Amino acid sequence: MPEAIAYELAKKQKEISVAEFFERNKHILGFGNATRALITSVKEGVDNALDACEESGILPDIYVEIKNPTEEECVVIVEDNGPGIIKQQIPHIFARLLYGSRFHAVRQSRGQQGIGISAVVLYGQLTTGKHATIISKIQADHPAVMIELAIDTNKNRGEVLHQEITHWEKPSGTRVEVSLIADYKRGKRFVYDYLQSTSIVNPHARLVFKEADGIEHVFERTADILPKKSEEIKPHPYGVELGTLIKMAKETKARKLASFLKTEFCSMGDRTADLVCDEAKLDRNLNPADMSREQFLTLHQAFKKVKIMSPPTECLSPIGETLIRRSLKSETQEISPEFIFTASRPASVYSGNPFQVEVGIVYGGSLPKDKPIKILRFANRIPLLYQQGDCAITTAIESIDWRRYGLDQPSGTGTPIGPAIFLTHVCSTQIPYTSESKEAIADVEEIENEIKLAFRECARKVQQHINKKVRRAKTREKFDLITKILPEIAKKSAHMLNKPVPSLEKVITQIMDVVWVEDLVEYEKVRGKQVQTKIDAANPGDSGGWIAKSTIMVVNYKGKPQKFNLYALYPKGAVVGETKPKPVKVTDSYLKWSIDNLAPTNKVDIYFELAGLNKGDFDENDLYVQNINPTYVIGADKWEGE
Amino acid sequence: MKEQPGVIPKIDAIAAKVYADLVKAEIPALQLSTRTKANIRFDDDLNVWKYGKSKTERSANSLDGAYMLLRTMYLVDFIKDMIKEKKSSTLRETYYISEGWNLAKFSSQNESDLLAEDLEVITGCMREDFKLRPEEDGARVIGNLVVEEMTRNNTKKKIHCQDDVGDAGYGIPYNVEKEKLTFKQVDADFIVAIETGGMFDRLVENGFDTDSRAILVHLKGQPARSTRRFIKRLNEEKKLPVLVFTDCDPWSFRIYGSVAYGAIKTAHISEYLATPSAQYLGVTPSDIENYKLPTDTLTSEDVAALKSELDDPRFQDQFWKHEIKLQLSLGRKSEQQALAKYGLDYVTDTYLPEKLAEMGMMKK
Repeated sequence: MPEAIAYELAKKQKEISVAEFFERNKHILGFGNATRALITSVKEGVDNALDACEESGILPDIYVEIKNPTEEECVVIVEDNGPGIIKQQIPHIFARLLYGSRFHAVRQSRGQQGIGISAVVLYGQLTTGKHATIISKIQADHPAVMIELAIDTNKNRGEVLHQEITHWEKPSGTRVEVSLIADYKRGKRFVYDYLQSTSIVNPHARLVFKEADGIEHVFERTADILPKKSEEIKPHPYGVELGTLIKMAKETKARKLASFLKTEFCSMGDRTADLVCDEAKLDRNLNPADMSREQFLTLHQAFKKVKIMSPPTECLSPIGETLIRRSLKSETQEISPEFIFTASRPASVYSGNPFQVEVGIVYGGSLPKDKPIKILRFANRIPLLYQQGDCAITTAIESIDWRRYGLDQPSGTGTPIGPAIFLTHVCSTQIPYTSESKEAIADVEEIENEIKLAFRECARKVQQHINKKVRRAKTREKFDLITKILPEIAKKSAHMLNKPVPSLEKVITQIMDVVWVEDLVEYEKVRGKQVQTKIDAANPGDSGGWIAKSTIMVVNYKGKPQKFNLYALYPKGAVVGETKPKPVKVTDSYLKWSIDNLAPTNKVDIYFELAGLNKGDFDENDLYVQNINPTYVIGADKWEGE
Repeated sequence: MKEQPGVIPKIDAIAAKVYADLVKAEIPALQLSTRTKANIRFDDDLNVWKYGKSKTERSANSLDGAYMLLRTMYLVDFIKDMIKEKKSSTLRETYYISEGWNLAKFSSQNESDLLAEDLEVITGCMREDFKLRPEEDGARVIGNLVVEEMTRNNTKKKIHCQDDVGDAGYGIPYNVEKEKLTFKQVDADFIVAIETGGMFDRLVENGFDTDSRAILVHLKGQPARSTRRFIKRLNEEKKLPVLVFTDCDPWSFRIYGSVAYGAIKTAHISEYLATPSAQYLGVTPSDIENYKLPTDTLTSEDVAALKSELDDPRFQDQFWKHEIKLQLSLGRKSEQQALAKYGLDYVTDTYLPEKLAEMGMMKK
């Protein structure tokens, strides 16, 4: 009798080494070609550096250098001022795939899989045979340690080849240096784009990029505070998978089903836990450790049938409209755009995962008018550089009819054409990427809808701005007319008839027939004086700041006296200083004045100051009127309530 | 030239209207007939096309309207001065005069010409009453006709339009009213008004004016007011039929339209300028087929112009509807001088006699 075939097969069955696994999957890990390999390497290094700094409350100062010793080979160096890594952990973090602290956590973070930086080290080793060098310093009064590291691809373990104590000026930080085969010529532009984009959504970071030819690019920090720390939350029942549920039940300390549900999940109170148990027809005193697979299955199904409160959303850390605007402004200085508008949606939930969408539109300046708009996509503060066409962000933008907002868009769908940059940032405890290389957001309906809503809101602001500008231009023409031409007509006709020149006041109000509102915002640098700030609260000792001085002129060019309310919006976090006249109401987002009996051709000046803003955060007043027909008013819109 | 009574009160009335509006605290405005194709109506009494009831307002409510009113004030003041000082100026000079009017300066001569026409429409006066005249346009006449012209020396001079002139003919002055020009003897059967100088010279060289007892008038493209007035007076006073001979394209049909019906731009004075009995001789689109003439393709502008003529109230009779539609279907146009295909004498020996016989003007 011949040997069973299974024995034959068993001879061929063995553990696949990580090297083989990597080789087979390098495209989904972002190492598909020599250009991608370069960008992915920089990206993994920078993402790690940013996460490390933020977690320890340090404003990130990141240095990226690429050397190009031969045509094919690149040396990528990423250096940060983070907390450093203790010597014993270095081989695990840099030379062991699927090792990390964030894989199990339900929170907003850049990396999720724990493949990142070790994949870069492995790729370098596989393509060049050279080893990675890591320098780390954990305290100012400690020396730094330098380690040369290899990966044992059979065991998926790091191997320390060489180790020494070294001197490093930085108080603390980490430096990684990896040699790899990569296409520097084609890749460097993408590296630049990636770093610039990263700087936009990480206004608290300062990035320096040194190219192989020695040219240095600096992306300055535009905010001196760290983003709010994202908090870790427990999984929400809607988002948990069956396998995870079983694993959680094995590991829990709870001895009863009901308390297991309450302690291990978010949004679960006594009532909801009972409802779930009833729905699953399971005893709430059941010991989770004793439950069968079938029982877990009914429990898992019961989750979906019971109405459970949404997960908490405070765990998210959005960038915020003011900071998005500030960094867009700083990064687009050379373009000198006509305007920048932003919109931020309240947090929302898909499949038990909280998420939030923020968008910004940069318009005009030297941007090309005949090319498609530029789309900048971000997820958890990471720029998404590839697969734009497959991304929910792109789909959402393309489904809006932009022709209404003054952009070209043949047939009303697709990427609009015009001088604009559209920025989208999605943050979530779980970004649903289309693939492991994290390049595109999957088409989750809830997320797509929120992106659309955010852009519509932003587009409305654009529309308002444009309308206001058009109406202003028209009315400005009338100013010319009443101040220059009409007096001439009067003079000439009087001269021909030998009569006195008639008074023009009434004709002027008839021709203008509007209430004119014009505003001007100026900034003044203050020194020495302590300015109370909120946005820059992390830096209260700042010796100076800016004061935004806003002047609003209201002129009544109607035939009758006017009485109405005027509202001026101001950015969240700014602090109102001097006001003149006194507003009748001040809230954290607007000021309200009541204008009484403004006689024809009379004017009133309104003045207020804002502190706590950077120069340019607030360029133009957002003005609204109430108790007057809004079509009479140029320069302010109808007040729709808060 | 005689002093026209009533011109000064009429232009003062314009200034008075604007002044009164200002005093009443109303937005100053002037009203005048809309000068478009849609606003011309056939006047049965006068037998010509005049403006209808539609009015346009020039109001200081808009920036353009205000500029317009200011320029109007300056122009009427200037005209008033010229009348008082017994001077006149060309339209082009008026445009340059406005250089000194600051805000009221015209940005092109077209603007000042149009405003002068507006003033005619508003006041019912003629440009000549305002002491404004066009550039000398040099339209020419050859034929057995004696005119008597009042020269600049205030002496009367008789000119025989064959014997006293060279081959270029008698030049029509810009003023052809009776105080300037009268017709003495005429011995001819009809007037041929010709679009191009080339064809005018061909007929002169071939002796068509003597052989066929014709008075030849060169229209020089779209004819000037004085040319049209000259033809009209000759037609009315000497009872000579008028035949219009042009190229075969939509623009030439409009030349005929302005001679026979009155032009859209000057419909307020159609009764002075138009010769309602003028007939179109050719070249017609039918001639293209009948005489197998060399042609060019109609451009898109030509096609648009032909289509616009299809709803022009002046071109609504059988003849024009048929010819315009025919030309659109042929998709071709031709020129008077294309007749040279059959030799230099063909136009005088064959084409014109045949066409004239067809129209009952001449025996074959």
